[in-house]
Amino acid sequence: MNETNTMHYVAKDFKSDQEVRWCPGCGDHGILASLQKTMAELDIPKENYVFVSGIGCSSRLPYYMNTYGFHSIHGRAAAIATGIKIANPDLMVWEMTGDGDALAIGGNHYIHAIRRNIDIKIILFNNEIYGLTKGQYSPTSKKGLVTKTSPFGTIEEAFKIGELTIGANGRFFARTVDYNLQLSNEVYKEAARFHGTAVVEVIQNCVIFNDGAHDAFTSKENRDDNTIVLRHGEKMIFGKNRDKGIILKDLKLKVVKLGEDGITEDDILVHDAHEPNPGIHYRLAGMTLPEYPVAMGVIRAIDAQTYDAAMGEQHERVQAASKIKSVDDLLMSGSTWEVK
Amino acid sequence: MVIDKDEVVIRFSGDSGDGMQLTGTLFSNTSALFGHDISTFPDYPAEIRAPQGTVGGVSGFQVHIGHKLVNTPGDFADVLVAMNPAAIRANAHGLRKGSTIIYDSDNFTEKHIQRAGYISDPFTEDKLDSMHLIAAPITSLVREALKGMDIDPKTALRTKNMFALGMVYWLFDSKLKYTEDFIEEKFGKKPVMAEANSIVLRAGYYYAETIEALTPSYRVSPAPIANGTYRNINGNQATAWGLLAAAEKANLRLFIGSYPITPATGILEELAMRKDLGVKSLQAEDEIAGICSAIGASFTGRLAVTSTSGPGLALKSEALNLAVMTELPLVVVDVQRGGPSTGLPTKTEQSDLWQALYGRNGESPVVVMAAGTPSDCFMYAFEAAKIAVEHMTPVLLLTDSYLANGSEPWKIPAMKDLPSIKVPLAVKTEKEYLPYERDPETLARKWAVPGTPGLEHRIGGLEKTIKGSVSYTPENHEYMVRMREEKVERIVSEVPDLEVTGKDSGDLLVIGWGSTYGHIYTAVSELQEEGYKISSAQFNYIRPLPKNTDEVFAGFEKLLVCELNSGQFANYLRMKHQKYTYHQYNKIQGLPFTIKEIKEYCIKLLEGK
Repeated sequence: MNETNTMHYVAKDFKSDQEVRWCPGCGDHGILASLQKTMAELDIPKENYVFVSGIGCSSRLPYYMNTYGFHSIHGRAAAIATGIKIANPDLMVWEMTGDGDALAIGGNHYIHAIRRNIDIKIILFNNEIYGLTKGQYSPTSKKGLVTKTSPFGTIEEAFKIGELTIGANGRFFARTVDYNLQLSNEVYKEAARFHGTAVVEVIQNCVIFNDGAHDAFTSKENRDDNTIVLRHGEKMIFGKNRDKGIILKDLKLKVVKLGEDGITEDDILVHDAHEPNPGIHYRLAGMTLPEYPVAMGVIRAIDAQTYDAAMGEQHERVQAASKIKSVDDLLMSGSTWEVK
Repeated sequence: MVIDKDEVVIRFSGDSGDGMQLTGTLFSNTSALFGHDISTFPDYPAEIRAPQGTVGGVSGFQVHIGHKLVNTPGDFADVLVAMNPAAIRANAHGLRKGSTIIYDSDNFTEKHIQRAGYISDPFTEDKLDSMHLIAAPITSLVREALKGMDIDPKTALRTKNMFALGMVYWLFDSKLKYTEDFIEEKFGKKPVMAEANSIVLRAGYYYAETIEALTPSYRVSPAPIANGTYRNINGNQATAWGLLAAAEKANLRLFIGSYPITPATGILEELAMRKDLGVKSLQAEDEIAGICSAIGASFTGRLAVTSTSGPGLALKSEALNLAVMTELPLVVVDVQRGGPSTGLPTKTEQSDLWQALYGRNGESPVVVMAAGTPSDCFMYAFEAAKIAVEHMTPVLLLTDSYLANGSEPWKIPAMKDLPSIKVPLAVKTEKEYLPYERDPETLARKWAVPGTPGLEHRIGGLEKTIKGSVSYTPENHEYMVRMREEKVERIVSEVPDLEVTGKDSGDLLVIGWGSTYGHIYTAVSELQEEGYKISSAQFNYIRPLPKNTDEVFAGFEKLLVCELNSGQFANYLRMKHQKYTYHQYNKIQGLPFTIKEIKEYCIKLLEGK
């Protein structure tokens, strides 16, 4: 999308005067940098941004953005963001949250914000661990992970964020990696331009409590072969040598090698992020190693009416039809009687 | 024979599917339109359809109508309409001597009698033989009246309540017009149903006329009520409307984020209707999201409200603290019910007082107020919003099931007569905006609303400096704790003086708070007439307490605190005004006080000296 940027911001305009307190090497630094860059590139007045967060390392981010910000309580960012957006649809609301904040204590608000399609942007930092409380397992920790509260390994299955989001009728789901500023910037901009709840899962590394959790597909040597960046309208081709692709066979996704078994580029799936049927997106979002590469980029982006827009329309309709224009009108409506 | 009476209490009682709430409401509205003062009290089971014919399934609606001003729904009924034996059992002890009982004799079969827990004859077993018993075969008369109409038998019998209502109208020499208009409006799209209800209503009326010789009939003249335009209003509706009025006066949009919970749901329902007045309502996914969405809305400069009952308030407490910490205006309405836990969802109690005052982590001052009557909820909701906005603080308004569902005539105020509300909005100046810079007088911070250029700032639940930076500095924390406390204490300047009903001194001051107003007032007025040196004082502001509290207490020999809990307010007073001895009269039965029991306790206390 081409847009003329009349705001002339630079990333620095979005830096607050607060000292950034994340651990050196934390993936959050990269997320902050790419968000500040994105904000500068969007054509939106700075005062119209509100950054809302819950509790956790990720949730400190609003303090570092020189916009309106609300650092709330554990798990509730989606509910607070919902109130902000409904109350004033002119604001652009970004929710900063983590895997514990959004999916454990805040799971209920998370799925309902998505279900309602509130026009907020949820940036979900997924490091598969509780960092701020110093290393306990989270709802996205891999089964068997040894942490302080699972000294013999967890016995729980993990949530896959993409599946959960699409299962809750999510219309927008994207994935990026903390250090990949370019991809992140691209994805955040897509999220910003999308009307509705946009969830971006950011694969984030906690250097202290879960270092290298995502190395199998994020490390320099693995990333090209073990991830695929999906872009709407483009073929699903990946690999260091761009010789691998994804096809649909027997209702299942399958990784194939170009040139083998007669496979040509023509056989490879073209990514359609706008396909309303969630089946293919659900499968793409759920791809995991070793069978599949992990999907990056905008996996799903379906236009639908947002909650805030629907409410605006309903208000207009009711207001046009109602005889009650003021509280005085209301108080005198219905059965009243005169005492003289 | 017509009996002229100053006041009459009528109770409609039947299975929860018998339509007794509607019958009671229609009768109340007819009486109010005639000019009676009225007070109503619905009393229904939590189950929508409890097992038919059992005492647990009885749904009742009590109306007190008066030629004098009435302040309570009345202790004892003069007329009982009982649709089945269970209704007799449930109300046997709530009847005045010599009262009239109209009952559907068709339903007094052996099976129904046994299901209600009787062995043989309900009236003998409950010693009701001396009452005026009117056995009306309502079920068969309704069947007969609707014979030949195109209506199935089950639907036909749903109009039984109209038959009973028709009989009561005749008994009170009332007009049928209001109810007929209502029927027409309600069943406008189903003319057959409208006709059936109308036929049955008239059938009941004429049936009562036909058997006139057997019954006394009552006449209650209109009450001497101040001039003005009136309407009936219940507590939840009044609360909702008071909030709307405050929003209009403050020129703020109203936002409500709530979750359905008995008995508070009516507030959300009422405000959800008011899209015409720009109300944004969110039925949230849970209680926590209700208050959190309201806090979000408040951050954006809206008048934000969340409504709930005790269990919901417990869930909201962490978020309420966020509003305390971020010093955002917020009105939390707690329509109290019997607790703890799920407790008695449809019954009334004043047992959330401590939760309201202290049910949060850390030192967390909020303003606590309580409305006294159903229509009072309007003014206290308005005041709660005014204080919240002007002082940048959460305010907790306590009402209860008794107020929420009870109704009374209300003189409609004009918006122009309500006080103005000043909104402390921050504006961009040369000076940097500091989120926690305070007004020197009220200590309220300024409200900087997203969308305003140059006022970008961050707030949150962590302790902050005046600049809004996170701070763990020991001195700063103590300073901020004291500031938040002091800010709420200074609101005392907005709190009207405590009023005494009766003389400023005497042998006994009966103290109440919130919804016990009508019962205490009536009991004490009657005792005054009987010559006792007794007065009453009702608190509507709990935190802060009115500044003349001490002065009022000092005038009396003894102080008695009456409340529908084990003594929460009495203990609060013991802490706040330590030099007095407080006697207590407590009731924890899920029911309002009766005038009789308050009087008896006062007399005991007065004569024990």
